[in-house]
Amino acid sequence: MHAILTVFLKEVRESLRDKRTLWSALGFGAIFSPLLFAAILSFTIKRNDPLNDKPVELAVAHTERAPNLVDHLVEYGITVEPVTYDDAAARAAIQDHRHKLVLMIPEDYATRLAAGQPAPLQLYSDSSDQTADRDVRRTRNVLAGYGAVISRLRLVARGVDPTTVVPIAIHDVDVSTPASRSVIALGTVSVFIFMSLFMGGMYLAIDATAGERERGSLEPLLTVPVRRDHLIYGKILAASAFMALSLVVSVAALSIVLRRVGLEGLGMSVNFGPLTALLIVLCCLSLIPFCASIMTIIAAYTRSYREAQTYLGLITVIPILPMMFASMMGLRPNAVLMATPTLSQHFLITSLLRDEAMSPGFVGLSVGVSLGLGAVLAAIAGRLYHREALLG
Amino acid sequence: MIEVNGISKRFGAVEAVRDVSLRAADGRITGLLGPNGAGKSTTLRILYTVIRPDSGDALIDGTSIVREPLEARRHIGVLPHSAGIYQHLTARENILYYAALHGLSRAESQSRADELIEMLDMQDFASRRAKKLSQGQKMKTALARALIHRPRNVLLDEPTNGLDVMAVRNLRTLLMRLREQGHCVLFSSHVMQEVAALCDDIVVIARGNVVATGSPDALRERLGQSDLEEAFVRLIGNAEGLE
Repeated sequence: MHAILTVFLKEVRESLRDKRTLWSALGFGAIFSPLLFAAILSFTIKRNDPLNDKPVELAVAHTERAPNLVDHLVEYGITVEPVTYDDAAARAAIQDHRHKLVLMIPEDYATRLAAGQPAPLQLYSDSSDQTADRDVRRTRNVLAGYGAVISRLRLVARGVDPTTVVPIAIHDVDVSTPASRSVIALGTVSVFIFMSLFMGGMYLAIDATAGERERGSLEPLLTVPVRRDHLIYGKILAASAFMALSLVVSVAALSIVLRRVGLEGLGMSVNFGPLTALLIVLCCLSLIPFCASIMTIIAAYTRSYREAQTYLGLITVIPILPMMFASMMGLRPNAVLMATPTLSQHFLITSLLRDEAMSPGFVGLSVGVSLGLGAVLAAIAGRLYHREALLG
Repeated sequence: MIEVNGISKRFGAVEAVRDVSLRAADGRITGLLGPNGAGKSTTLRILYTVIRPDSGDALIDGTSIVREPLEARRHIGVLPHSAGIYQHLTARENILYYAALHGLSRAESQSRADELIEMLDMQDFASRRAKKLSQGQKMKTALARALIHRPRNVLLDEPTNGLDVMAVRNLRTLLMRLREQGHCVLFSSHVMQEVAALCDDIVVIARGNVVATGSPDALRERLGQSDLEEAFVRLIGNAEGLE
């Protein structure tokens, strides 16, 4: 049996017996990440969904001064609550959170309207209150609509065709599909997949290097007639195996959760069946040697187990930032991005979830560059193990 | 048979080992005696090829540790400073892992492991996870692991550290047995009595230099001291005086 295989089997066996390694490999991917994802998702759905149907509650001071306006408001689904505030009382009512919105109809409203002059209306709200935003917007729209009706009537009364004052007409044509609308939510899917993948191999990578040195088992290991780079390849291979395991588990769990939670509530559909899950796993497998080697190199350089843990924790965050950035900025794949490990896999995952075609060249680039860099890094790790400083 | 010819090793500004030469013959126990920090461990680490000397060379049964470290490792069994066995593996699995790394066949590994487990009286705990073993049991496991490939030369770095009286006695018996079988045994210690009780040859190291070599009797005679401890103190004192 080759020494690389011997080391690989020993590391795997030892890790399977170590609860912490096993938990970080399976616990995070299988339990924590899908649960967190489901929580985020259902929170988003709740915030977007039922609020849209809730009527706007509007306190109106002096309804008697504008009965037609009040009828219009009611007609457009606004719940009008008559109040008898003056300016100070209206401000106080907003500040005390008794009302989100107060509409004040001044005394001269009716006379100015009748005279064809701009009729004043005061809308009190607190712009720092995010939840009032939607109510303010809707109320303004309804009020503007009322104004438009009056202006059309005035034009007609003066014998002018109202369309002459509408020189342009904008129509929004939304071509997003339900699958593409879910992209922002799905941008986080790749984050969770990568986190699970990293966590899966992290403890093994630390244990096999910094941990082994700290427990004093590295020195005897270096006295066996095996090339030092072969020892490290066996360890990288073992970390890779745990990463792959964690990857499979987390993708499967996310697939199940996503189909259960249902993005239909957000007006989105998602393409995350078993085939997509399989393709996602295949795309991410090419990333594993890269991640395993990086972790091993870093852990081999650090002086202690705890230090390695700190650095690897930080490293985990690095690929996540560009991913978040890419999904928020709506970046499209190009040759440079597709040659960047982790980011390219993010694009592959996203396009699979959106059910979009990805050019085979880009797929090849992503897989090729990731595997190539993985090989280079593994070789660097091998060289590193020839250094005496390794013994600490 | 181990022949060390003028090895030196420097760590930054510290000259850990300076032109050290010594011989450890087959069928004899050679003790590397010296105070802490004298360069004993560095000398042993160079011999078991974990670090390379800056200059000089050593031959293990005629194989150079500098030119052919991989081949030299086949001829040595090593018990380093800390036992360093794997916590989640059983004592037996720890031994078998090294058997596989030494390229032993499965059948050979098993029979050799059985043999060592019996020889070291490990039957009671051979299938227990290493984290549940006592210091003495861990030391036995590490020793069995070091002997799995039947090395002719056995190197031990402060093997009695952290062991209780019984475990030290067991180790002593074992080292004598290895001597009877014709092995070359080289071990380091800072405990004078231990070396005096066990060694056929003593190499005294202080400040990275070999300050004296010879049998315990020869050393006593040379220094005109009937007590070996006195002799040892004078040697170290002289060495310090040279600085």
